[in-house]
Amino acid sequence: MSEDLNAFRSDVGDWLKSSFPSSLKGKAAEIVEASSERDGLQGDALEWRKALAAKGYGAPTWPTEYGGAGLSHPQEKVLGEEMSKVGAINPMIVLTGMGITMVGPTVLEYGTDEQKAKHLPGIASGEVRWCLGLSEPNAGSDLASLSTKAVEDGDNIVLNGQKVWTSGADKSDWCGAVVRTNPDAKKRDGISFVMLEMDQPGVETRPIKLISGSSPFCETFFNDAIAEKKDLLGKQNDGWSVVKRLLQHERQSQTSARSPSIKTESVQDMAKRYVGTDSEGRLDDPDLRARLVSHLMDSKLHNLTVERITAEARGNVEVSAAASILKNSATRVAQTRSELNLEIAGSQGLGWDGDEFTRAELDNVRNWLFGKAISIYGGSEEVQKNIISKNILGLPETTQKG
Amino acid sequence: MAALNEEQTMIREQAKSWVSEQAPVRKFREVRDSGNELAFAVPTWQAMVEMGWTGIIIPEEFGGSDLGYLTFGLILEETGKHLTASPLFASALVGATSVMLGGSEAIKQAVLPGIVAGDQIVTLALEEGPRHKPEATALTAEKSGNDFKLTGDKTFVAEGMSATSYIVPARTSGVAGDTHGISLFLVPADAQGVSRNAMHMMDSRGYANVQFDGVMIESGNLLGELDKGFGLLEQILDRARAGLCAEMHGTASQAFDMTLDYLKTRVQFGQVIGAFQALGHRAADLYTTKEMTRSCFEAALKTIDDDADNIPEMVALAKARVGEYLHEMSCQLIQIHGGIGMTDEFDAGFYLKRARILETSFGNQGFHRERYARILGF
Repeated sequence: MSEDLNAFRSDVGDWLKSSFPSSLKGKAAEIVEASSERDGLQGDALEWRKALAAKGYGAPTWPTEYGGAGLSHPQEKVLGEEMSKVGAINPMIVLTGMGITMVGPTVLEYGTDEQKAKHLPGIASGEVRWCLGLSEPNAGSDLASLSTKAVEDGDNIVLNGQKVWTSGADKSDWCGAVVRTNPDAKKRDGISFVMLEMDQPGVETRPIKLISGSSPFCETFFNDAIAEKKDLLGKQNDGWSVVKRLLQHERQSQTSARSPSIKTESVQDMAKRYVGTDSEGRLDDPDLRARLVSHLMDSKLHNLTVERITAEARGNVEVSAAASILKNSATRVAQTRSELNLEIAGSQGLGWDGDEFTRAELDNVRNWLFGKAISIYGGSEEVQKNIISKNILGLPETTQKG
Repeated sequence: MAALNEEQTMIREQAKSWVSEQAPVRKFREVRDSGNELAFAVPTWQAMVEMGWTGIIIPEEFGGSDLGYLTFGLILEETGKHLTASPLFASALVGATSVMLGGSEAIKQAVLPGIVAGDQIVTLALEEGPRHKPEATALTAEKSGNDFKLTGDKTFVAEGMSATSYIVPARTSGVAGDTHGISLFLVPADAQGVSRNAMHMMDSRGYANVQFDGVMIESGNLLGELDKGFGLLEQILDRARAGLCAEMHGTASQAFDMTLDYLKTRVQFGQVIGAFQALGHRAADLYTTKEMTRSCFEAALKTIDDDADNIPEMVALAKARVGEYLHEMSCQLIQIHGGIGMTDEFDAGFYLKRARILETSFGNQGFHRERYARILGF
């Protein structure tokens, strides 16, 4: 097993040597930024995407027939390690919007062979960008009370209604939408999951400006938008089980600590720089120092738990109930860090724009504001606690009426 | 639960079933009610010895099974769940570690097989005051020819009444507060000048005050190097703390399970109380902390087995965070059980009392948070 892995590691190393353009070294942040724009990748970055796609390394664990490389999870880990050694990143995760992390795995599980062949290769190659139409103005945490109407019309389904918080909708090619196909059934029973093209007269998107400034979030309006019936994922009126699975994939993708590829100053070094130290080298603010200890312990505990759960699964990284725990702890660590960033820098940490502030100081402000969304999206902190108490601990449901 | 090998899985299963069947809390209650000065049941201790638990970390050449600290932790978790009283931790982990890390070949030969066999109980006699502060050691060991003369008192000595020998940190130079000038000695409990009396702590376990009144000890009983015992003591303490964290997590987990069970069965206002979201969310928080803290004490035990260079960091993290969890869980155990939790007839009080002792032993949360900050350089 480990011999095979070593052989694989050396193959990957050789391939990276010949395929990864040296001009992209250290450009991770730039590539991520470019990938969030339509047709944002140019030149060497575009060549790199194509090289990854040719190998199936954009979606390494997906089957080769659908554009993946059919790797095992240990192989995937090796691939990631080798890529990070040379400073290479996989742009598909950003390029495809919700494609790699959520839509793809769900289509793999629920899709027909025809649907897999139609949708997966475009995601694996990074050419088709996806958004998800889940929340509605009156269906946030209580997603199942959604009211976007979907009515059959020959081979098509006609959609009418409004989605909100559709991340990247204005730049997406396709949308996975959860819609109501049977208004008479109980609220979780009349829901279907349908995939539709965004470039059509019945779809309109409008970006949402947030407290942190511009954002990837949009409002999306369906006015007689057309989906093909053959793009229903899962059975008609059984979309709730698809959505639940989708949301598990979402939680899973939100459990890891923040991107390690972009190095930032440690919070304790930052604190020493702004606050100073006493004669024994201790941070010159005992109260802040105590809270920093708490935060760093939380952060370490979170990372150790991710490692432990991965090790226990012995490479079998199926979505698990633990994702709710990890989503909440990742949120707490990230939000506390943002609050500490502001507090440490004092008034200098409270700027909005202008030359008086460093890029990092201004970024910290925007990240702090945007970070307030982490405990709301992907199932709010409170919804995760409901899931833990009901699904893991077996306590009675507290939120369902009737 | 860490990914375990076959042997570890077997030992854990054996410990789980033996403790719950042969040494449940009811046995502890019997010992407490009996007023037995040793504060453990001798047959319980003998059974542990027969199962080989006293030899888990001891090398095979001294009669042990050399399975490491993580494996020992698996057993301590189970004894922690049922508050099983015995000198297992004090002697087979702390005493054995002291001798393994600091003892000469002759001392190892003389002591380790006895610890495995259970006829020697070796315990650390460290504390001299109410707050854990190893460098404050003041008990003196004065050079006298080839021997050392020990004078001073130790207190809160775990299993101090049943011990056959003590590991005694003593001051051989400098003053209380200096890390330099501390040396560790192995002192037989029956040496001339040693006297002891039982201390009655709220967890009803065995503790003693031990007085050393001009006790003459041969220089061959020195563990580690003269005056440089503080580093050795820290190594011993970190292994003790990591083991203690396993026991603490077991105690807290049991408190959680008892509470969860009660949430599912106690009916008020016409429904089980676990149906109230305030309590469901509280249970979710306590469960989350249980899972997060499991990661850190297992990691601490593993760093010891791997002889990694970040043992102090991982142990400080574990002792602070498992301690904090045990503290909160022991409070919630009482709160969620309501009135019944306040009665002596119910077991909740045992867990609450034991929790505070465990939290305080070898440094409380504050001690280890301060340590963590220093290790991380701020």
